[in-house]
Amino acid sequence: MSYAATIAFAGNPNSGKTTLFNALTGARQRVGNYPGITVERKEGQFNFNDLKVNIIDLPGCYSLSAYSEEELVARKVLVDERPQVVVDIVDATKLERHLYLAVQLFELGVPVVLALNMIDDANKQGLRIDTARLSKLLGCPVVATAARTGLGKQELTEKALAHGRERAGKWEPLYISYGPDIDPALKTMSEKIEAGCFMTNRYPARWVALKYMEADEDVLGAGRLLGELHDELEKIVAETREHCLKTLNTVPEAIIADYRYGFINSILKQEIITREKTQEERIDISAKLDMILTNRVLGPLIMVGILYAMFFITFTVGEIPMGWLEGLFGWMAEMGTVLIPEGLVQSLVVSGIIEGVGGVMGFVPLIAIMFVMISFLEDSGYMARVAYMLDRVLRVFGLHGCSAMPFIISGGIAGGCAVPGVMATRTLRSPKEKLATLLTAPFMPCGAKLPVFLLLVAAFFSEHKAQVMFSITLFAWIMALLVSKLVRSTIIKGEPTPFVMELPPYRMPTLRGVVIHAWERAWQYVKKAGTVILAVSIILWAAMTFPGPPAEEVLQFEAQRQSVAAATLSEEQRETRLAEINNAEGQAAIRHSVAGRIGTFFEPVSQWAGFDWRTNIALVGGFAAKEVIVSTFGTAYSLGELDPEESTSLSSRLAADPTWNKYTALALIVFVLLYAPCFVTVVTMAKESSWRWALFAMTFNTALGFIFAVLIFQVGSLLS
Amino acid sequence: MPESLRRLNINEKAKITSIAAGGEISRRLRDMGLTPGTIVQVVGRAPLKDPVALKLRDFILTLRNNEADVIMIEKMENAS
Repeated sequence: MSYAATIAFAGNPNSGKTTLFNALTGARQRVGNYPGITVERKEGQFNFNDLKVNIIDLPGCYSLSAYSEEELVARKVLVDERPQVVVDIVDATKLERHLYLAVQLFELGVPVVLALNMIDDANKQGLRIDTARLSKLLGCPVVATAARTGLGKQELTEKALAHGRERAGKWEPLYISYGPDIDPALKTMSEKIEAGCFMTNRYPARWVALKYMEADEDVLGAGRLLGELHDELEKIVAETREHCLKTLNTVPEAIIADYRYGFINSILKQEIITREKTQEERIDISAKLDMILTNRVLGPLIMVGILYAMFFITFTVGEIPMGWLEGLFGWMAEMGTVLIPEGLVQSLVVSGIIEGVGGVMGFVPLIAIMFVMISFLEDSGYMARVAYMLDRVLRVFGLHGCSAMPFIISGGIAGGCAVPGVMATRTLRSPKEKLATLLTAPFMPCGAKLPVFLLLVAAFFSEHKAQVMFSITLFAWIMALLVSKLVRSTIIKGEPTPFVMELPPYRMPTLRGVVIHAWERAWQYVKKAGTVILAVSIILWAAMTFPGPPAEEVLQFEAQRQSVAAATLSEEQRETRLAEINNAEGQAAIRHSVAGRIGTFFEPVSQWAGFDWRTNIALVGGFAAKEVIVSTFGTAYSLGELDPEESTSLSSRLAADPTWNKYTALALIVFVLLYAPCFVTVVTMAKESSWRWALFAMTFNTALGFIFAVLIFQVGSLLS
Repeated sequence: MPESLRRLNINEKAKITSIAAGGEISRRLRDMGLTPGTIVQVVGRAPLKDPVALKLRDFILTLRNNEADVIMIEKMENAS
C-alpha cells in the first residue's frame, strides 16, 4: 500500500540536518541548498518500505522566537503544514544548547523525534549518552545517528513514521513551569485565549500566552488584528513585566529562557551524559586550528592566501578540460558547416546556437572547480571564520559580518551567483544592513561574468591571468564596500545590528557533500546555459540577422566581387580581397540588423568608454544574463567572419581587432562588473526588498559602471 | 562590583551574573545560551580585537565588544 507521510527536519544550524537530508533522499530535492543559508523550506522524497516519504528540511534555527527569517519560516511551516512528525536533529556534542530548540518544539506540541546526530564525534570525545533514559525523560523517541556515515538513518525513519502514526496528528504541548512570577499570569492568559478562541486554530493557547509574554512581534502583530483580547493580554504582560522588574530586576523573556535551560539541565543532570576524561585533547583540534587560522597576523594572511590559491588552482587545473570543450564545440561548428547547406539554417545552428551556447559551456569546468572549492570551504566551517574576521571591517562600511556570506556567494570568491547571494541576505537581521548588502552584492564577479573577464584577460592580459583576475575580485570588493558606505551614510542610515554568531567546529567535508553542493551549482549553470542562454542566443542571433542588408548594398558588394574577379591579380591576392569584401559585407549586414541599429544608437554615448556598436549589442544582451555577453560577441564576430572553417578562438580574434586595446578591455571589464545586475537577479532583488530598490540598483549600477569605464578609457587613451 | 564581559582576557573564565539589556538583543543572547549562571571562557579575538569568541555550553559563540558590554560577569579562578 502506498501512503505518503511527511516528516519535517528541524535543528540548529550546523547540526548536520542537510547531510542527513541528503543521506536519506539522495539529494533529490527541489530547491538548491546553499550551506548555511537554507532559508526556504526544501523538500525531498524517498521510499521506505513501500511508503512514499516526504521530507521538509526547515531552515536551521536556534530558537522558535521571531528573531530571524529562518525562525519565522520554520515556525510557519510547522504550524501551517502540520507535518506528521518533526525530527529535531541535535548535535550530541552540544546537547545542552541544542535541546533549547527541542524544548520549544515540545512546548508547541508537535510530535517530535530526537536525532542525536554526530554520535560518532561524541563517542570520540569520550561522551557516552544514555539515549534510552533521555527518551524516557523527554517523553519522545531518541535515535543516535551519524549523518556523515548514514548510521541510524534506518532506525530514525522507522521511529519517526511510527511516532507520527501513533500521535495521528495530535499536538500535545509540554507544560513547563516558569515560576511563581509568570505562571499565574500565563494561566490567566491561556484561559482567556482558550475562551476567546484567540488564534487557537493555529497555536496552542498556552503557547500564544507565552509568545505574548516573550513580546514576539509576529504573534503580537497577528493578535493586534483580532481585537480586544489583544489589549487585555498586553495589559497582563505589562503588569507582569513591571512586577518582574520590581521584584527580580529582570524581564519575563529572560526568566522564560532561564527556566527552559533549567528544565534542560534538570534532565541532563540525571546521569544522561558520562564523560570519559581520557581522550579530552581531541576536543581541542578546532581550538588549535583557530589559534592559527584566526590569528591576528596569520588569519588575514591565510584568508587572502586561500582566495589567491583558489584562482591559481582554477586556472591551472581548469585550463585542460576547458581546452577539450573548446575543441568539441569547434568540431561541432565545423560539422554543422559541412552537414547543413549554406543559408539561414546553417547560420542559426553554427553562429547562433553552437557558438552562443558553446561560448558559455566552455567555462563549465572552471566554474565546477570553483564550486568544489567554495563548497569545501563552506562545509569545513571556514566561512564562519571569514565572517568573524571581517565583521570589524565590514562594520566600518555600514555592513555586518554576515554580509560576507552573501558577498562570497554572489562571487566574492569568483564563481558564485548573485541570485542565491541576494537570497542569502535574508540571514541578515537588520533591514538596513540587508538592503546595503543586497544592493552591492551584484558587484561581485559572479560565475556568469567570469567568462567575459576570462575572454578579455586571455586576449589582452594573457601574461598575468591569475593576477588580473585577482585584482578584478579585489576591485569588486572595494566597490561593494565603498558603495555600501555611501548608501548607509545617505539613503539608508541607521545603527548597526548585533553580531551574535556560532563558530562551528572545523570538520573535514565529506566528498559526497562537496560533490553534491558543487554539482547543484554547476548544474544550475549548465541548465541556464541550456535554456535561458540558448533562447537568448537564438533571439540575439535573429536580432543580428534580420532585417537583412538592403538590396542596393548587396548589389554593391556583388559588384565589388565581380571587379575583383575581372582584375588581373595573383590567386593569393584575389583570395584576400574577396575575404575582405565578404567580411565587410557581414559587418554591414549586422549593422543593418535590429541589434546593430540598437548598438549604433548607443554608440555616440558608449564611445566615451571606447565601446563600439558590437560591444553595445553584447551589453544589452548581457542584461538578460551576463553569460550572453560572451555568446553575443561570439555570434557578432562569427557572423562577420572571414572563413567559417578557420577556427580561431574569439579571444585571438578580439586581440587582433585594431579597434581593441588594453584600455578598452579594462573599461569593458569594469563596466561588466558594475553595471545593471542580470534580469533574474533584479527580480530576486525586488522579491527580497522592493521593485523600487531593484530599479534603483539597475540605474545606479549602470551609471556607476559607465562613469568608471569612461574614466579608464579616457585616461588610458591619454597615456598611450 | 560587577564587571562586563569586555574586560575578560583571552583564556579567562567567568560566570555570567546578569544581562543588562532588554528586548531583542537580550532574547537573542539567551537563545544562544548566554543565561545567568553560565560559565564562559574567552577563546579568541578577531584580528581587529573585535568580535570576541567565547566558549560556553560546549560550543563557540562570537559577539561584538559592544554586545559583551551588557553581559555582566564574575571572574573565576582558572582552576580547571
